[in-house]
Amino acid sequence: MKNWIVIGATSAIAEAVQRIWAARGYQLFLVARNEQRLQAVADDLSIRGAKAAHCYVMDVSDQEQYEPCLQAAKAALGEIDGLLIAHGTLPDQQACEASVELTRQEIDTNALSVISFCTLVANEFAEKKRGDIAVISSVAGDRGRPSNYVYGAAKGMVTTYLQGLRSRMCKLNVNVVTIKPGFVATPMTEEFDRSGPLWATPEQVASGIVKAIDKGKNVVYLPWFWWGIMTIIKFIPEFIFKKLSL
Amino acid sequence: MSGSGQYVSWGRFPFQQQKGTDLSQRFQVELPTAEAFLPQGNARSYGDSCMLKDGPVLSTRHLDKFIAFDAESGRIRCEAGVQLIDILRVAEPQGWFLAVTPGTQFATVAGCIANDVHGKNHHLTGSFGHHVTGFELLRSSGERLFCSPQENADWFYATVGGLGLTGVILWAEIQLKATANSAINVETIKYERLADFFSLSEDSVESHEYSVAWIDCLASGDKLGRGHFIRGNHATAAQPRPYFSGNKMAFPVQPPISLVNSLSLRAFNSLYYHRQRQQRAFATVHYDPFFYPLDGINHWNRMYGPKGFLQYQCVVPPGDSEHAVREILHRIAAAGVGSFLAVLKVFGDIESLGMLSFPRPGTTLALDFPYQGDKTMDLFDQLDDIVVGAKGAIYPAKDAHIQAEHFTTFFPKVDQFLPFKDPKISSSFWQRVMG
Repeated sequence: MKNWIVIGATSAIAEAVQRIWAARGYQLFLVARNEQRLQAVADDLSIRGAKAAHCYVMDVSDQEQYEPCLQAAKAALGEIDGLLIAHGTLPDQQACEASVELTRQEIDTNALSVISFCTLVANEFAEKKRGDIAVISSVAGDRGRPSNYVYGAAKGMVTTYLQGLRSRMCKLNVNVVTIKPGFVATPMTEEFDRSGPLWATPEQVASGIVKAIDKGKNVVYLPWFWWGIMTIIKFIPEFIFKKLSL
Repeated sequence: MSGSGQYVSWGRFPFQQQKGTDLSQRFQVELPTAEAFLPQGNARSYGDSCMLKDGPVLSTRHLDKFIAFDAESGRIRCEAGVQLIDILRVAEPQGWFLAVTPGTQFATVAGCIANDVHGKNHHLTGSFGHHVTGFELLRSSGERLFCSPQENADWFYATVGGLGLTGVILWAEIQLKATANSAINVETIKYERLADFFSLSEDSVESHEYSVAWIDCLASGDKLGRGHFIRGNHATAAQPRPYFSGNKMAFPVQPPISLVNSLSLRAFNSLYYHRQRQQRAFATVHYDPFFYPLDGINHWNRMYGPKGFLQYQCVVPPGDSEHAVREILHRIAAAGVGSFLAVLKVFGDIESLGMLSFPRPGTTLALDFPYQGDKTMDLFDQLDDIVVGAKGAIYPAKDAHIQAEHFTTFFPKVDQFLPFKDPKISSSFWQRVMG
């Protein structure tokens, strides 16, 4: 049995991960913004076998809530074994180009809030000298592209932060795994034509996440073939890449 | 919104593509703005009753949360898109089982209600609708109705078996049945002629909870209707539970032509009939292969190639049953087409609740056919005439061909149903049979 905190617990990928953990009898501390949907997820997980599914309503844009949230998690779970961060938004790139405020807000949601919460929990784990930190970043963070570089920049920041954190924490017996999903058919991507072979289901990605955590991996591309795709994309020289409309 | 094959029905005839969109939560539901739409579950209906040619389907397959489970009473409440396999995973280890289950555990709860599905125990427990204690129905007007046999009862009876046409079921509550052991003690009896099937069915009504027969639909003459009669009861608490690996085979790709043809059918049917040497065999089996033998092969529908397949499932009333079934099997043999999976089962007398429910007293026969153009359609027309003559009916969940003129004969309560049909909901099936 393990005790996990999940931020963004109502997201499709997080929910699929939680169902695997529930079947294993884990105890979960679920954090999300919408109380009604969070409670529905918690009820579902309890029926599916979770030892307990505690709910905590929090908006990640409110940094003041992080410390109380962590204290509530400690009180509910007793011992914290792991942190999964799964929240995020998919910004409207064109709207961001027209608005400094929106750009900052998206960076805040997708990068700063993640880094801030990780910082708090990492210090907890450092003291205990054990724990797992898993964060959903994205293949979009591997290279900036005109179609979504605000999102890409935020995810790139998360990826780089986690690289450094991993190196610090590995000496303290804490594993940090960076998860880089490709295209996943979730409500966040509802507007896309999702018929191509590159699209994966949240269940497929979730099973990859659980395995990566179990095995103490560092960085995983999900599904695996995105490693190949991103390797090629990262190798394209900038003078060619800037002319592409990816 | 996505336009891929993911919303296409299981038989993949007559459709290759279907527009659709997914519901992701039950609280603030956005219905499609299109002129017409159709709620869909996991698209396990075979024909066009879960399809809509010009409009989007509204899939509830991601509306898949459990809401409440009382392990004392066996009542389980869940969202529309929860599949039977999920219910079994949760409830079976706690001593509960589905009161009625169709031949696939990948059907959703709302789909089971909308088609008022039946199982191998119809003669004792009726159909799925008999075990539904209530559900919430969302109309296209935005109105939400809680429906049960006590509250909004007329809406309940219209929606059970109502093919999704009365509104979107958002969640439902069903009553499970207690089992000391989910495994089944099975007896398989190899019988030689159709008359034996009827006497075996008669003999098994009281003694066996589950009964069904597989028939060799290519056997003719004296041997017409020969097959294996399979009957069983749940094992006792003291019996050990059989091991089930859960490993599945799969059709990884679709072959360019149907693998089901006259040669493969003759070989399969003959081998299958003779695989059991002795006249009677007993075994204790895990519930999964007993109820869901085809679920063990993922994407088995690909076996029929790109043209897809149809299933013909009819029921013919008692009294005339044997004659009508004999006639149907004759026609199939004469047409030179056959079926891997020919299944025969006697329904009991428990009256179905839904206005458009399919199960009714009599004998039901189900056969799969690869789609071979007019040849298949001509055969189906001939079979329909036999079913009409016998005052039987065709199962909409499997159908992609019946004519409008026959529909009202098969479902005489359709006039009673019409006031409950949602004005913005339609299906390709409905457009075909109601014009």
